[in-house]
Amino acid sequence: MPLDSTLQGKRDFKVVGTRPLRPDGIDKVTGRAKFGADATAPGMLVGRILRSPHAHARIKKIDTSKAEKLPGVKAIVTREDLPDHTDGDALLYDVLYNIMAREKALYEGHAVAAVAAVDTRTAREALKLIKVDYEVLPHVTDVDEAMKPGAPILHSTIFTDGLEPKPKKPSNVVRRYEFGHGDVEAGFKKADIIVERTFKTEATHQGYIEPHACLANVGPDGQGELWVCTQGHFMVRDTCARLLGMDISKLRVTASEIGGGFGGKTTVFIEPVALALSRKANRPVKVVMSREEVFKASGPTASTSIDVKIGVTKDGRITAADATLRYQGGAFAGSPVEFGAMSAFACYDLENARTIGYDVVTNRPKQAAYRAPGAPMAAFAVESVIEELARKVGMEPIDFRMKNAAREGTRSSYGPTYGPIGLLATLEKAKQHPHFKAPLSPNQGRGMACGFWFNFGGQTCVSLNVNSDGTVALSVGTPDIGGSRASMCLMAAEELGIPYDKVRAIVADTSALGYNDVTDGSRTTFATGMATILAARDAIKKLTARAAQIWGISAEAVTWEKGYAKPAGSNAGNFPPMSIAEIAAQAGATGGPIAGHHEYSADGAGVSFATHICDAEVDPETGATKIVRYTVLQDAGKAVHPSYVEGQFQGGAVQGIGWALNEEYIYGKDGRLQNAGFLDYRIPVCSDLPMIDTVILEIPNPGHPYGVRGVGETSIVPPLAAIANAVSAAAGVRLTSLPMSPPRILAALDRKAAAE
Amino acid sequence: MSAIHVTTKINGDVVDYVCEADETLLDVLRNRLGLTGAKEGCSTGDCGACSVTIDGRLTCSCLVLGAEADGREIGTIEGMAKGDELHPLQRKFLEHAALQCGICTPGILVAAKSLLEHNPKPTETEVRFGLAGNLCRCTGYDKIVRAVMDAAQEMRRA
Repeated sequence: MPLDSTLQGKRDFKVVGTRPLRPDGIDKVTGRAKFGADATAPGMLVGRILRSPHAHARIKKIDTSKAEKLPGVKAIVTREDLPDHTDGDALLYDVLYNIMAREKALYEGHAVAAVAAVDTRTAREALKLIKVDYEVLPHVTDVDEAMKPGAPILHSTIFTDGLEPKPKKPSNVVRRYEFGHGDVEAGFKKADIIVERTFKTEATHQGYIEPHACLANVGPDGQGELWVCTQGHFMVRDTCARLLGMDISKLRVTASEIGGGFGGKTTVFIEPVALALSRKANRPVKVVMSREEVFKASGPTASTSIDVKIGVTKDGRITAADATLRYQGGAFAGSPVEFGAMSAFACYDLENARTIGYDVVTNRPKQAAYRAPGAPMAAFAVESVIEELARKVGMEPIDFRMKNAAREGTRSSYGPTYGPIGLLATLEKAKQHPHFKAPLSPNQGRGMACGFWFNFGGQTCVSLNVNSDGTVALSVGTPDIGGSRASMCLMAAEELGIPYDKVRAIVADTSALGYNDVTDGSRTTFATGMATILAARDAIKKLTARAAQIWGISAEAVTWEKGYAKPAGSNAGNFPPMSIAEIAAQAGATGGPIAGHHEYSADGAGVSFATHICDAEVDPETGATKIVRYTVLQDAGKAVHPSYVEGQFQGGAVQGIGWALNEEYIYGKDGRLQNAGFLDYRIPVCSDLPMIDTVILEIPNPGHPYGVRGVGETSIVPPLAAIANAVSAAAGVRLTSLPMSPPRILAALDRKAAAE
Repeated sequence: MSAIHVTTKINGDVVDYVCEADETLLDVLRNRLGLTGAKEGCSTGDCGACSVTIDGRLTCSCLVLGAEADGREIGTIEGMAKGDELHPLQRKFLEHAALQCGICTPGILVAAKSLLEHNPKPTETEVRFGLAGNLCRCTGYDKIVRAVMDAAQEMRRA
């Protein structure tokens, strides 16, 4: 929906941009907030899932007879209990296959059966009594290996899309993508210097501290309720209803407080299984994943292998940029390589650009979105080459970036032409930042990188009710993953002209609102925020009409100002301003309850750019790296609640630090994950880190009444490259594989010593 | 397996419960006593989301058996505020926006309170190492460290 141009341009904010306490704060600091695993129901059973120990195996037979006889076991479900209702929808069929294996188990941890029992111990015991007859098959977990001829084939149904002619033999390559413009070969001919390198990144996990959890309750009338920690309860409702062959109206889903998601809770895993168990047992069933299950059977991100080639003239102008990206996204189609290929060169103004992406399947858990899915790895590869080129041309990397940076009017490498964007502003600010000029100590290096993310709008529905005392109840349908209720209250209060604490925002269940897309794509503050503003304007229209009715004048003769209806001018009549509370108190006598609402598919999510600066210190004896200083500069369009904007910047940067230095999925030769726990999969801890400095820039997004851009994802795009550039500077050798763990750094230092 | 009778003190109140011999204190708190403020993030003592104090000592309640609480004093997040008065750490966490999703917050608050009881004037480095057993995936810890330092300063003045 194109935005009414009269809605744009507001800059004189009263409450937006302040930092009030969040409305859910007290519950969160006192332990009262109810997360996924915190719910109970009368007669509740414990659900547990049996998972494949093999990376790839044909499931010949599942014998549940012994388990069924164990006292206390109330239901067992297998693939037989989840028949195919997907009606030719290939993507939904993959979801079905992923939540419960069908003819084959495709990765270690793939669900094979599930049990509901009276307690945990009985459920655990029952799982041991289920006999699964497997025929173990050869497996593949590495992206480059999976693409080779002769690799074990996961699906006999995959014939690479996007190739001409279409292959006649199945492979693990789902699809080939291509983006770009111009003529890269001609561009390279004009180049004086060309750098070409290959990079690898390992798979990482979102690492939310709250494991997946849900409580399902299906009655004999076929009506169901589901309590679940998710980024999108409408998505959960629709997906589960379709997988289980239920009418959508029969399933009501309530989103619990959510203990982190970062994209990992934008799909279903245990939810349809819990519903199937509950339906069969005719009792409420709670399923909670263990941390090991989260690592092995939820959705980590892709591992990648990327070639980048960029050419420049002697005076530092890029003539051509070319990249080939290979991403494995686990056992099913849908790695984020398309986003990787689209975003790889998005920061640059290029005459000739091409990116080719391959979506590859392997015997690993099906990937799920992880904060700017696909972009950080592409940025790591591209920004590493950019840094190297700048040095070769003899320019400061920041000047080289500024010379080639995308700006308003640039045709992006993925197609659209940019409107007003903030990339150059972040670079200029970075150059002036004290961090940029601070001295470095021995063994330290400084790196920087830029990053881009698209941002998303999506389906949104908001309802704003004016209570009889003039306070406001705001219902949104996008789970609050990091303080969004505070931002919604700020925007409603701003628009209505009432104090922040007179608005209470809740995340309503699926029965209360129309469909809302998942909280993803950095869309909530943008899209739900805009819907909130428009719902408030709708309410104001009704409030002023009621005032007009009370005064006996026409509605057009009434305006709204600072929470009061006022006659528009002296001609309209001489009435004292009437407050929202006074109008609300008379609502019953003037036509009934007053509510504003808005439902739309939000368009106009402004793209977002960031520049990060990192100082790293490498210990040449141990290969250990310490981040000693880190600064994030990012365009937020308009920061609605600056503290939570800073929080997004800091959180994304630190997830990037983990990805760059430590985190990786490590597979054994047997195709089993070797480090499915927080001890061996080490996410950054407090003592690993410095303070993360932030600079918020505000280049308004013309697609939002207040200029808001999404901020959640861009912050994880530059860190891998910024840290790699810093580490490479400190170590004196280019690091091209992530994570840059001590063994990899020591190996690189050995290579450097051997070459000298 | 026969259940074990336990008498303990939780947040100052005497509590009696029965539990199985293999049941963790975390499971007892959450599933038998309705104290769901302590969270299970890993069940292996790596994330600290289940942090409580036992006789004043910071502990992962997932690594302790419910039966071991007999005769001890347990402190949980639910006992941190005194009536409607938040502990300074709780207040400072809100003021500094030191939480996003909030799942790690109870454990971090319990750990931070324990840290400040042992070291009322910690340096930034001491705060960072004092909280190194508590994972937070949202914040990058910056605002958490600031909130703890600020609370410590206020508590010293009080």
